[in-house]
Amino acid sequence: MHSDRASWALRLAAIGGLLFLHLPILLIFLYAFTTEERTYAFPPPGLTTEWFAAAWNRPDIWEALSLSLKVATVATALAMVLGTLVSAAMARATFFGRDQISLLIILPIALPGVITGMSLRSAFGIMDIPFSTLTIILGHATFCIVIVYNNAVARFRRLSGGVLEASADLGANAFQTFWHILLPNLGTALLAGGMLAFALSFDEVIVTTFTAGQQATLPIWMLEELIRPRQRPVTNVVALIVFAATFLPILLAYYLTRNGSETAGSGK
Amino acid sequence: MTAILPAKSVADRLTTLFWRKPKLLLILLITPPLLWLGVVYLGSLAALLMQSFYSIDEFSGMVIPEFTLKTYAELLRPQNYDVIFRTLLMSAAVTLGCAILGFPIAYYAARFARGRWKAVFYLGIMLPLWSSYLVKVYAWKLILAKEGIITWAAEATHTSGILNAILSLPGIGGGSLSTSYIGMFLVFVYVWLPYMILPMQASLERVPTSMLEASADLGATRAQTFRTVILPLALPGVIAGSIFTFSLTMGDYIIPQIVGNSANFIGMAVYQLQGTAGNIPLAAAFAVIPILIMLVYLWIAKRMGAFDAL
Repeated sequence: MHSDRASWALRLAAIGGLLFLHLPILLIFLYAFTTEERTYAFPPPGLTTEWFAAAWNRPDIWEALSLSLKVATVATALAMVLGTLVSAAMARATFFGRDQISLLIILPIALPGVITGMSLRSAFGIMDIPFSTLTIILGHATFCIVIVYNNAVARFRRLSGGVLEASADLGANAFQTFWHILLPNLGTALLAGGMLAFALSFDEVIVTTFTAGQQATLPIWMLEELIRPRQRPVTNVVALIVFAATFLPILLAYYLTRNGSETAGSGK
Repeated sequence: MTAILPAKSVADRLTTLFWRKPKLLLILLITPPLLWLGVVYLGSLAALLMQSFYSIDEFSGMVIPEFTLKTYAELLRPQNYDVIFRTLLMSAAVTLGCAILGFPIAYYAARFARGRWKAVFYLGIMLPLWSSYLVKVYAWKLILAKEGIITWAAEATHTSGILNAILSLPGIGGGSLSTSYIGMFLVFVYVWLPYMILPMQASLERVPTSMLEASADLGATRAQTFRTVILPLALPGVIAGSIFTFSLTMGDYIIPQIVGNSANFIGMAVYQLQGTAGNIPLAAAFAVIPILIMLVYLWIAKRMGAFDAL
């Protein structure tokens, strides 16, 4: 008979798999408090909060953090505008070259980051563009577009065309419809897309190493510490900060899109 | 005749224009993003291709901007050929590992998780997918270190012998887990696992319950139903997931740099050649390889119906 209950082996494998996905990250929390300075010894010989103060007093960490925030903010803003525009165009219309355009949007994250990075590096090389904050943003915005697009296009598809027609029938012009009907319905999806794009940009390291030159975002600072560990305890704290800065937007994005079924006009 | 309606504003006139010519609105919407992606992304890809056909002057180290196939010929040198082969082998192994480890999670989440557990599984897969890549790699550096938690656990459970036996395996072993291929494989599997689970789960969710009932009614055992009904229907999802795991492993250069025995991989070769070596043409040629491999891979995946599972 077809059974609706999972076997014990399957349940064990599934829950074991979930634990495998989560336990390693928890270790970061423990190590941020360790008193051990020179090795990654487990279990930590003692616990202390002094490394948080040490990290707080480090100008290089603040500099990297502020660069990361700046890049992530600008890249997210750019991606939100471009991603919304392209999702509005792609959601309803069918036109020549539509499939090619959707491939073009996905390509920056479908191809390995090293290719996007190396491509930008080649282009900057050929055109003699010096590395700057702008070159980092250029790369980040490119792969963030698809994140916003994915969120927005899903909501556009669920949004019934009827509400837009009703708005027009009631005498609203295109801008009033956009402001009063479209935006409130898209709002949470756009915000969620923006949150995810921010998290992705804040954490990105592969493309950034090719476009940053001498500048260090927080992930690049961390990467240098990983390759040549010099100050392990402070790095542990930075890891915790980077984790929090990406984790919170993701959680927020989840709660924003969880009740996606409440979109206007979808109850029909 | 005097107008009863109020005078038309610019916004109203534009609305009428958009209504009459829907194509115009479409063009207005799509031009800025297309311009961005076309210039920044496609332009860069074109630059990459161009650079890969340039060569480098061996004495001055300057890039010679003239068309040549010399740089591609260099890829066939044994040491470069080794790098490509090693990367492909690791990508295949990681893909297989992710499929085996991810299947039970996807299967349980798709078929048996209900209500609150459904949300737990959803978040449980999404959070690791999105959370910081570098922090995840860092966590594994802590775990795999010689003085780390695995060695400690092995000692605590008196299984150090097993750990040492695994580490002394020829080829894939090493001094400690964090300097061996085994460690690198583990980190790769961990980091890309959610990318495999999601498409698998999506395709498993689309398997109609009626088919499973029909299979059971016709007398199939659980194992038979699994083998002949569920697995074939889930295959497009597995292939879709493998696109991600394969492509991401192939292009990664952070993990082989931090974990492992510093053997070279395609991504690392690209990074080192463009940076310290300053040989942008050869770096570009190296970067073209994953593109070609992924194009072939995507073509095969499309023929096997994997895109419907995305």
